[in-house]
Amino acid sequence: MTTPSRIALSATHAVLNEVIPARTPWSHVLRRGQTLRVIDTEGQQALDALFYSHPNTAERYSVQDTLREQGAAYIALGTRLISNEGRLMARITADSSGRHDTLAGCCACESNAVRFGEATKYQHSCRENFVLELGRHGMGKRDIVANVNLFMNVPIDTAGDFAVVDGISPPGSYVDLVAEMDLLCVFSNCPQINNPCNDFNPTPVQVLIWDTASD
Amino acid sequence: MTSLHHVAQAERDAHRARYEQLRAEGQGASKQALPTVTARSQPLPTGALLHHEVVPGGWYHATRLIRGETLRIVNTTGTSTVSLMAWSVADTSERLHLADTMKIQWSISLCKGRVLYTDMARVALSVTEDTSGSHDAIVGPTTPASMQATLGPGAWRNSRDNFLAAAAKLGLSRRDLHPCINFFAPVSVGAEGHFSWRTGVRAVGDFVDLRAEMDLWVIVSNAGHPLDPALAATPGHIDLMRFATPPSPPNDACRTGSPEAARAFKLTQRHLRNVTTEHAA
Repeated sequence: MTTPSRIALSATHAVLNEVIPARTPWSHVLRRGQTLRVIDTEGQQALDALFYSHPNTAERYSVQDTLREQGAAYIALGTRLISNEGRLMARITADSSGRHDTLAGCCACESNAVRFGEATKYQHSCRENFVLELGRHGMGKRDIVANVNLFMNVPIDTAGDFAVVDGISPPGSYVDLVAEMDLLCVFSNCPQINNPCNDFNPTPVQVLIWDTASD
Repeated sequence: MTSLHHVAQAERDAHRARYEQLRAEGQGASKQALPTVTARSQPLPTGALLHHEVVPGGWYHATRLIRGETLRIVNTTGTSTVSLMAWSVADTSERLHLADTMKIQWSISLCKGRVLYTDMARVALSVTEDTSGSHDAIVGPTTPASMQATLGPGAWRNSRDNFLAAAAKLGLSRRDLHPCINFFAPVSVGAEGHFSWRTGVRAVGDFVDLRAEMDLWVIVSNAGHPLDPALAATPGHIDLMRFATPPSPPNDACRTGSPEAARAFKLTQRHLRNVTTEHAA
């Protein structure tokens, strides 16, 4: 393992540097030991993220294993993402914004219709992105598990009330994740315009990958 | 590359206003209108019982619920947490979806008057009776790792393995398992998101009634909760009673409890007209 170095994680040393346009899906295999950085370039933009062990995708991110092991409900610096087989998939090694969601799932045409009225059914959604991108990897709807929502703020109050509220990620906010196994990452840059997860205005997200672990 | 269409400010403002209105209703009027808890002494409807199953501690049971049937789950000894998963019989890619269940109802709390949604935002199950209102949709089943963390090294029975075994017998695999609901699991979430277990809440004879709003495969596992401070290798047995009930009437509390539920029942009903079921609709 290399010594941690902020200098090493500069864009010029990145082996991948891409923009995920607003509303679109993206996928990539992150190799064990690589660091993935997701940058919320314009701020308050949710990125819905699924993780699968590569190439055995039957092992995948598990919200309940992850939250049970950490004993708390939010994704933050130090969170260990755990698979459905109880194994460590990745660690959050840097986080400039402080809190991310993994309980509120992804938006879908069908749930939009129930939440916001049938008029919102014909709007693009994360589930459309996920099924299209998962299809490229031989997977389908049943492989959409409860996902991670980077830069999405869904506090639970002590009365159990639960709602998506305004994001806490100013422009340029970032999260680093180090892969502890080869990981197929399947992302949807969230198209939702009916709740505050994207400040009602979807914007691009940037992803960078380095060959070294960031800590 | 899709071109970037920034949303006009007026449209953003309108969407925010609608969202805040829905949220105020969901966390206000809809929440306040929830019915009070059921008395533990409330009996089954006379003559309605279809099957009574006793599930030993550490074990599971799989059953098919036909639309209109209700499953009563009884915490007979007060020592159990009962974990549950469910799939549509017509299409097992449609299954319980706890994220939407919490998000659509603006709450992590499941209790009498709430419903459980599928990933297609249809109503799978209505919580028609509930004596405790203390259930958990977040922490998940016991697993080999969680049992060893609590009880030490050993091949302990656990709900994760129970779900795998039970699902396999339905032709389903680990890819089909979804986050489970834990009934009789008084878990609280603190200000910073930390979980705690409220002791002294579970009681002998607590039960929950789940009415099927579509034909479902249901698996229940009686193998404890990861946070239960009194977790035993083998909890007490539970009783499951499957009984006949009419499909939810128009004035049903679960159906009318919120604008979201009203829309979901309508869309579920519309969908089921196109799906062959075994009962007369």
